[in-house]
Amino acid sequence: MITDTHNWSTLFILVRRDVLKTWRESADLLYPIMFFVLVTILFPFALSPETLVLKSFAGGLLWIAALLAMSVSLENLFKTDYSSGALEAIVLSGVPLLLVGLAKAIANWVLSGLPIIILAIPLALSLGIDTFSLSILLLSLTLGSATISLIGTSIGALSVGLRSAGMLNIVLALPFFIPILIFGAVATSNSQTGLIPEAELYFLAGLLVLAVTLTPWATASAIRTRLG
Amino acid sequence: MFKFFYHYSSLRNFYFFSEKLIPFLIAVFLALIIYSLYGALISAPADYQQGDSFRIIYVHVPSAWMSLLVYMAMGLSAVSVLVWRVKLAEITLSAIAPIGAIFTLAALVTGSIWGKPMWGTWWEWDARLTSELVLLFLYLGVIALLRAIDDRRTGARSASILCLIGIVNIPIVHYSVEWWNTLHQGPTVSKFDSPSIHVDMLIPLLTMTVAFMLYFIIISLYRIRSAILVYDRETQWVKDLITSSKREQI
Repeated sequence: MITDTHNWSTLFILVRRDVLKTWRESADLLYPIMFFVLVTILFPFALSPETLVLKSFAGGLLWIAALLAMSVSLENLFKTDYSSGALEAIVLSGVPLLLVGLAKAIANWVLSGLPIIILAIPLALSLGIDTFSLSILLLSLTLGSATISLIGTSIGALSVGLRSAGMLNIVLALPFFIPILIFGAVATSNSQTGLIPEAELYFLAGLLVLAVTLTPWATASAIRTRLG
Repeated sequence: MFKFFYHYSSLRNFYFFSEKLIPFLIAVFLALIIYSLYGALISAPADYQQGDSFRIIYVHVPSAWMSLLVYMAMGLSAVSVLVWRVKLAEITLSAIAPIGAIFTLAALVTGSIWGKPMWGTWWEWDARLTSELVLLFLYLGVIALLRAIDDRRTGARSASILCLIGIVNIPIVHYSVEWWNTLHQGPTVSKFDSPSIHVDMLIPLLTMTVAFMLYFIIISLYRIRSAILVYDRETQWVKDLITSSKREQI
């Protein structure tokens, strides 16, 4: 599908538009990131301030926080575009909806996945993770958050324009994120206990490939249904 | 072939066709359930380890099988909705989703009741239990989405897309949960993985499963038929049907 340069530039324009719009106009950018940091700093209060205790849970804690923050970010994907009519204009303009779906997922990853990965560095270090495990955590977060963005975009497209879209997105999306959580958290904890985390990372990469190939179709079909 | 499907996927034809089908289905269902209950509760021998409490298997296992089967049926309806835009499939999808959720819940609850005397605990984070729990949430997601969208047709199409994403995800969830489980903990409970089940125990189990399937079909038909009446309420044949049934009452 995406073979000629024309489609690549369309994809680039769509992503750039989304990123710039959110960057310049709204506080939507901040919410998922703040949510991620806040959830993470809740855990030391709940569990224990001892670094030894926190260290053993660090991978799982950061993964849960990242998962929740990314689910929260899904609401913003289509909200302003839908209410302003821009989404309809894009659909009517004849741009392949596959590209729109893919562009939305990439923009979501740039706006919420990437900041979360960057912020995970100081947070993980403060939880007492060592450098090797940190690199594995970041690698698994990178692969996993991209998959989350792709699946999440399809889910977000299903609830475009609904009243309780935010909560509905989270409830619909979380069951689909369980495999990603398992492989991501296990990879990190394996690297901490000296086991080899390669297999889990390969699984995450495999899930990403599967998501790239399948979810744009689901997103396109969902947009068509919601606006049809 | 296509003519056949076209004929019976028309709501009106399906309504009258299923009306004739239901009494026959109920008769077969009653015969099967009585036979299976007799086999399960009386003629099957008690298990030499678990005694009589193993008999919950006759509810638990058919429910668990049905929970997957109903999701597959939803998947088939979802494909028909998205590819051929069959109205009957839209109605079917929304009608059977709650039934599937109930079967899943039944499998979880009976498993839990069975687990208490056998494993000594109501719940174990075992791979199969956990993926069944995730399946329940996939069902609830489909139901939530159907409820959130006011327009029936859009709702059914959206739910179809969600259902198909779920179909791709079920094996992934299942195997990832197994992976997680084997890494986290060894087999702390001795499970009864004995595929060699006595024939006297097996036959009622199989007939019970068929009875469950029939039960599912009968209940779905009732739900689909009433949904058809609601869906087609503005058409002449439904109005005729209502006036004639009123006349009979007088």
